[in-house]
Amino acid sequence: MKVIAYDHIVEQVAKLCQEANFDLGEDVISAFRQAVETERSPIGKDILLDLIENANIATENRVPMCQDTGVSVFIVELGQDCFIKGGTITNAINEGVMKGYKDGYLRHSIVNNPLTRDKSETYNSPAIIHIEMKAGDQLVIHMSAKGGGSENMSALKMLTPADGIEGVKDFILTTVEHAGPNACPPLVVGIGIGGNFERCAYLAKKSLFRPIGQHHPSPEVAQLEKDLMKNMNEMGIGPQGLGGDTTALDVKIELEPCHIAALPVAVNLNCHASRHKELRM
Amino acid sequence: MGKKQLSLPLSPEELATLRAGEQVELTGLIYTARDAAHKKIYARLSQQETIPFSLENAFIYYVGPTPAKPDQVIGSAGPTTSSRMDKYTPLLLEHGLKGMIGKGYRNEEVKESIKTNKAVYLAAIGGSGALLSRAIREAEVVAFPELGTEAVYRLTVEHFPATVIIDSLGNDWYIQAREKFQQERSKL
Repeated sequence: MKVIAYDHIVEQVAKLCQEANFDLGEDVISAFRQAVETERSPIGKDILLDLIENANIATENRVPMCQDTGVSVFIVELGQDCFIKGGTITNAINEGVMKGYKDGYLRHSIVNNPLTRDKSETYNSPAIIHIEMKAGDQLVIHMSAKGGGSENMSALKMLTPADGIEGVKDFILTTVEHAGPNACPPLVVGIGIGGNFERCAYLAKKSLFRPIGQHHPSPEVAQLEKDLMKNMNEMGIGPQGLGGDTTALDVKIELEPCHIAALPVAVNLNCHASRHKELRM
Repeated sequence: MGKKQLSLPLSPEELATLRAGEQVELTGLIYTARDAAHKKIYARLSQQETIPFSLENAFIYYVGPTPAKPDQVIGSAGPTTSSRMDKYTPLLLEHGLKGMIGKGYRNEEVKESIKTNKAVYLAAIGGSGALLSRAIREAEVVAFPELGTEAVYRLTVEHFPATVIIDSLGNDWYIQAREKFQQERSKL
């Protein structure tokens, strides 16, 4: 049995939130650099170079790369032999988010009530927290600062078996087409296929936590990711929707079993500021 | 490519000659407003009430900045998605608004209103808030302080970079740029 102190998690999560917003991952930066080489639109190239400069400024000055510091989304892998002393993991994460966002001058972007739009008293919390129980005594916390603009252009559809792979592709590409410049391309496109209504949305989100360039372990699914990315980059939307080759930086799919009547598909769009960090204890 | 330098407020001639696709740099005063401030401004204008700042010849930047650190004028301040303001925009344009800076598509009603009122819609690079905030030299809350990040700030900007997306003739650069790129690419 491993014991981890509640306060330690609060401190570490606070740090994680700030790092996610200040330090763009090396995976995204190298995807930008690669895209600069292949992008044939001059303005598209300039935008990609500006995004690299923006990321450098954020890291050097410890300021957020984007003013939308997002909803904090967590996927927690909690080992069964791990014990959190002093409180629940959920409370520790929410406390860490409040501290990290407030102390780091990150934006408080959460309303308490979606209808009345009353701002919550709890600085940028509650976070969205998914807990997966695992064997062993490790605690792994994956964090993503997910922007609202790209989230707004995401979509879910309950397709049926008759729609098949073609129907799935069509829905995914239509979603990207419809998003155009709104979701801040170049995009990272997260796709969930299967499960049920809520599970496929979760799968789409979960796929976005994979580093850019890491394909699905199944060769068939990896091929589908590559094919979709090719289709997206042929659309001509380009960086910021101003025309170009680079509409998507990456396409990620997660797949799970589903009902014989069903073919749920969720497309979770992420802007180029694909901010995800992980913490192992 | 040299960027066209614009000093705000713009004259009717300057507004009329701006063309979709032009890259510009803005210097002068702009106001910030996003969802919550637009809702309030719209409600007041609809009731024939006044608002705490003048929309006459004004530019509005759709942004909700991060809090300024002690050594900063403003935190990170990139554009938010403009389409959420579409519902409110024609009324603001009728009250003298001449320019909007954001990112993403506008609906047909907004395009028509931009044409009718001889205004312009610009886009800044979404997700480059750390870079863009360097062009902001002063920031002061002038309305709705209770809205926090969504309050209306008056910003003094210098060489703030943007692209003209919808001009006063109703051209839409998101459509034109993509078509142009696809045509050029097919020749490569």
